[in-house]
Order: sequence, then structure tokens, then C-alpha cells
Amino acid sequence: MTTTSSPTTPAGRPKQRPGDRVFAGSAKGAGILILVILAGVAAFLVTESLPALTAPADEIPGGEGLIAYVAPLIFGTLLAAALAILVATPLGVAIALFITNYAPRRLAQVLGYLVDLLVAIPSIVYGFWGIYWLAPKLVPLFQWLEQHLGFIPLFAGPASATGRTMFTAGLVLAVMILPIVSAISREVFLQVPALHREAALALGATRWEMIRMAVLPYGKSGIIGGAMLGLGRALGETLAIALVLSVSGGITFNLIGTGNPSTIAANIALQFPESTGIDVNTLIASGLALFVITLAVNVLARWVVNRRADFSGAN
Amino acid sequence: MAKRIDVSDLDIYYGNFKAVEGVNLSIEPRSITALIGPSGCGKSTFLRALNRMHEVIPGARVEGKVVIEGQDLYGADVDPVDVRRQIGMVFQRPNPFPTMSIYDNVAAGIRLNNKKMKKADLDDLVERSLRGANLWNEVKDRLDRPGSGLSGGQQQRLCIARAIAVEPDVLLMDEPCSALDPISTLAIEDLMAELKERFTIVIVTHNMQQAARVSEQTGFFNLNGVGQPGRLIEFNPTEKIFSNPEMKATEDYISGRFG
Ligand SMILES: Nc1ncnc2c1ncn2[C@@H]1O[C@H](COP(=O)(O)OP(=O)(O)OP(=O)(O)O)[C@@H](O)[C@H]1O
Ligand SMILES: [Mg+2]
Repeated sequence: MTTTSSPTTPAGRPKQRPGDRVFAGSAKGAGILILVILAGVAAFLVTESLPALTAPADEIPGGEGLIAYVAPLIFGTLLAAALAILVATPLGVAIALFITNYAPRRLAQVLGYLVDLLVAIPSIVYGFWGIYWLAPKLVPLFQWLEQHLGFIPLFAGPASATGRTMFTAGLVLAVMILPIVSAISREVFLQVPALHREAALALGATRWEMIRMAVLPYGKSGIIGGAMLGLGRALGETLAIALVLSVSGGITFNLIGTGNPSTIAANIALQFPESTGIDVNTLIASGLALFVITLAVNVLARWVVNRRADFSGAN
Repeated sequence: MAKRIDVSDLDIYYGNFKAVEGVNLSIEPRSITALIGPSGCGKSTFLRALNRMHEVIPGARVEGKVVIEGQDLYGADVDPVDVRRQIGMVFQRPNPFPTMSIYDNVAAGIRLNNKKMKKADLDDLVERSLRGANLWNEVKDRLDRPGSGLSGGQQQRLCIARAIAVEPDVLLMDEPCSALDPISTLAIEDLMAELKERFTIVIVTHNMQQAARVSEQTGFFNLNGVGQPGRLIEFNPTEKIFSNPEMKATEDYISGRFG
């Protein structure tokens, strides 16, 4: 071994190549940029909501203080998003499984392409679809639910005659985020190494058992990631909700009634044009709440994914 | 129970590409059969046709007959899932389930076959299988750790443990020792000698000494040129192949005068 060909400098530190340095620098820059933008948004939200946070209760719209104003909005946001994710995740995963494991290759390609297209549809289209097509179609279902399952608080009724309920809003959101969830699930299912699938098949697993042994566990973090992206879109969705949901009430779990809580984003969109002074600050304070919720959801998802990182199959 | 395997006029295709042509051979129960031959001549392909793993690849198919203990493997009423439960396989590249613990990897096949086994019985079986694969001492303190955290050779032995845990009738091994050190290799060879009392074993190997050491019968595959199908050139008792082969090509290959 000769010292002349050694890649280390006399000090024993590895030699720095210009390409590496440029790349490391730009990657670091991009990372810092994201943090700066995030901090800027947070700072804006906090300073602009301070007047609302400190104002006397009777100056806040509704006259009962900030908490009373924002709480139903937070509740409505979480309820709509939870409904959407509950419906969209299993359905999206099922679609992705069908495309990757069951459909003939030609059909799978067409279906995959269609799903990708659905991601690009603007949300106002979903809103119109929900209000003009879906909502009237759901009215008989709501009446049936009220009659037969009315003892469950979710379906307590009285059933809305227009169909513009939390139930409908949740379904519209679910349809909206379904393409995201299934597109991302499909990508990770395609990444499952053939070796792992074959390991399961060679043990005598049926196709479904193979999916349970090899595909789903391997794709789990991807599924969660897709669901979180979908949840992000559902939490922040404005137009579709603003169009579909008929808002009047406070906090209620009644999904099919007439008195629904609004969501933060939809409420901002609807109220902002007519707001001035402290009302604007109140809306921005609700925006801060949405920001915090979204952050918390992402941290939670990260934690869930990392909990069993050793077993993720990424190593 | 060990089973005999009869193969007649077997052609194996990947789409339109004929990878293996016209194989005829019989494998005795409770014996070890070695398959040797140059890279790309279709040994793995042939092995995978014996437990219907070949057809998992899109467009792949076989023509001809494989009969296991009188039963036509490719008969219309035969479920490939049942076939694979009886005929275990160890792959050329180690493939433990990365999302499962070492314990669960070994138990995976048992859980498929027989869902309700007592925890204590399962523990026993996992230990026995890991001992059988000469891996127990290395992993007994970390059975709940992921299988993907093992070294390549340990992973391969884990796969062997997983395959033998279900007590298959036939065990197919595709170069099981190519990632192993000489000590583990010897351990696997001892294991094979032990297993052949109960199973029929078919092993693909590039190691002539190994074929000579462990097997009763040896099959030599070869191909005439690129794009040509591989063929079974000679199938004879191992002693004869290595001392006095019938075919010139066999002699050239085992004496290293190949190509
Ligand atoms: N999935 C596949 N699709 C198409 N062709 C394949 C596929 N797998 C193998 N082949 C082709 O089939 C032929 C036989 O391959 P096979 O893997 O059986 O060789 P082998 O004898 O096991 O080689 P090695 O000793 O290198 O493992 C080769 O020409 C190979 O290119
Ligand atoms: Mg091979």
C-alpha cells in the first residue's frame, strides 16, 4: 500500500470533492429554505392572530369568545377529515391491490392511468358533483338511516332534506383523496421485491396470503404516507366543503342532520370577503389552529411509521 | 414422506423464449440429486418448474409432464398452492421476510398450513428448525429481531429453517451454499444428509466437490449457444459422472475444460 494513492489528506480527513460540496451545499440550502418558509408562515399566523387572542370575548364574532368560535370549526374539520380518511384508505388500498396484484396487465395500466388523472381534477368540480349529484341521491339513505339506525347518535337525524350534510361532505372529501391514497399505495406495492412475493408463494401461500405476508407489511409505511397526504388535503380542503356543507350548528356527531359545524378552511373562505378588523384576526387565529393540527397529524404519522422502522423492509 | 419425481419431455418457456428443452429424468425418494452446469443453462428454471413456481412469472409456462408419486403436477385439477406446500424451496438469493422477526420467519409456513398450534409446540418447532439449519446458537437471543438484520449467510440459513419447518415431501435448493462460509456449508451438507432420510432433495450447485460429496445422482445441464434452450446432457449416478462420464461435454465441464 502506498501513501501517494491514498484518498485521505495528511491530516487524515477525507478529501473533499467539488461535486460533493456543491451537492451537499444545495441540499442544505433547500432544507433551510423549507424551514425558513415554515417559520415565516408560523410567525405571520401568530402575529396576526394575537389581537384575536387578546381581545375581549364580546368582540369576537358570535360574542362568546375565541374558543367558542373556533372549537366547532376544529371539530368540524377533524370530523370531515376523519370520515374521509376512514372511507378512502381501505378503498384506496383495495384499488391499489387490485391494480397491482389482480388485474390483467393491460387493464392495470389503464386503471393506473385513470387514477393518476383523477388526482388532477380541481376540487371545485368535486364540490359541484357533491352538491348536484351526490347530495340528492343520499337523501333517501339518510331517511332510512334515521328510521332504522336512529338510536346511534351518528344517525340521530332529523334527516336533512337537501342532503348537504357532514356525511355527504365526508364522502366528497373521500372521493377527492381516494386517487392520492391509491396512487401512492400502488407505487409502494409495485416496489415490493419479487423475491419477497416468491418467498411467500413458495411456502404455499395463496395470492391473498401472499399479499398479507409480503405486500401489505412492506407497503405499510407507504400506505400511511399516502393516507397522511390525503388527510392533509382533506383538512385543508376549502371549496368542496364550502359548496357542499350546509352550515348552521355547533358541535354535533349527528352526520345526517341539518345543523352541521363548518370546517376551518371552508369558514375562512366563506367569511373572509366580508370581514374587517378583529374578524380577520379571528379567522387567522382559526388558520393557526389548522396549521397546528396539520403539524400534529404529520408528527403522529412519522411516529407511527418509525416505531417499527427495523421491520419496514427498507434495509 | 419422501416422494419420487418423474419428469418427461419437459419444455420450459419464458414467453416465446424456450429456456429449457426436452428434459427426461427420474428422481428417487430419500435421495439427493445435484444439478450442475454453466450459468444460464436453465438449472434454476428447471428447479422452479418442479414446484410450479415458474408460472408465477408473467408469460412463463411449461410443456410436458412432471409426475410426483403418481400425481401429475400440472394436471387440470391440481392447485399450485397445494403443490408448493408439499414441495419446499430455498432460493438462490436469501429472501427472509424483512417485515417479520426471525421467529415469525420460521413460523410463517407453519402458520399458513396449520393455524392453531400451541405456543409451546411452535416454540419447539422453531427451535428445532433453526438448530437443523445450524443457526440456533447465533440467533437464540434475538428471535424477535428482524430477519433482515442478519448477515447474508445467516439469512440463507434462516430461509432453510423456514423451508424445513413445514416438513415438505421434497426440498428444492437453488445454490443454497453460495453465500456461506465453509463451516456453514459443511453444516448444511450434514443437514442435507440428515434430511434425505425423510425428504427428497434436489440441489443446484456450482460447487463440484459439493455435488460429489452429497448427491447420489447428478444431472448435467448445458446449452449450445446464446439464445438456445438448455438441455439435460447427462443424468447418472454421481460416482459415474465424476469418474467416467458418458458424454464428452460432461467430462469437459467437470474437469474445467469448459468453453
Ligand atoms: N424471469 C425471466 N424472464 C425471462 N428469461 C429468463 C428469466 N429468468 C431466467 N431467464 C432466462 O432463462 C435462461 C436460464 O436461466 P436460469 O436462471 O434458469 O439459469 P441458471 O442455470 O440457474 O443460471 P445460474 O447458474 O447463473 O443461476 C437464461 O437464458 C435466462 O436469461
Ligand atoms: Mg440459477
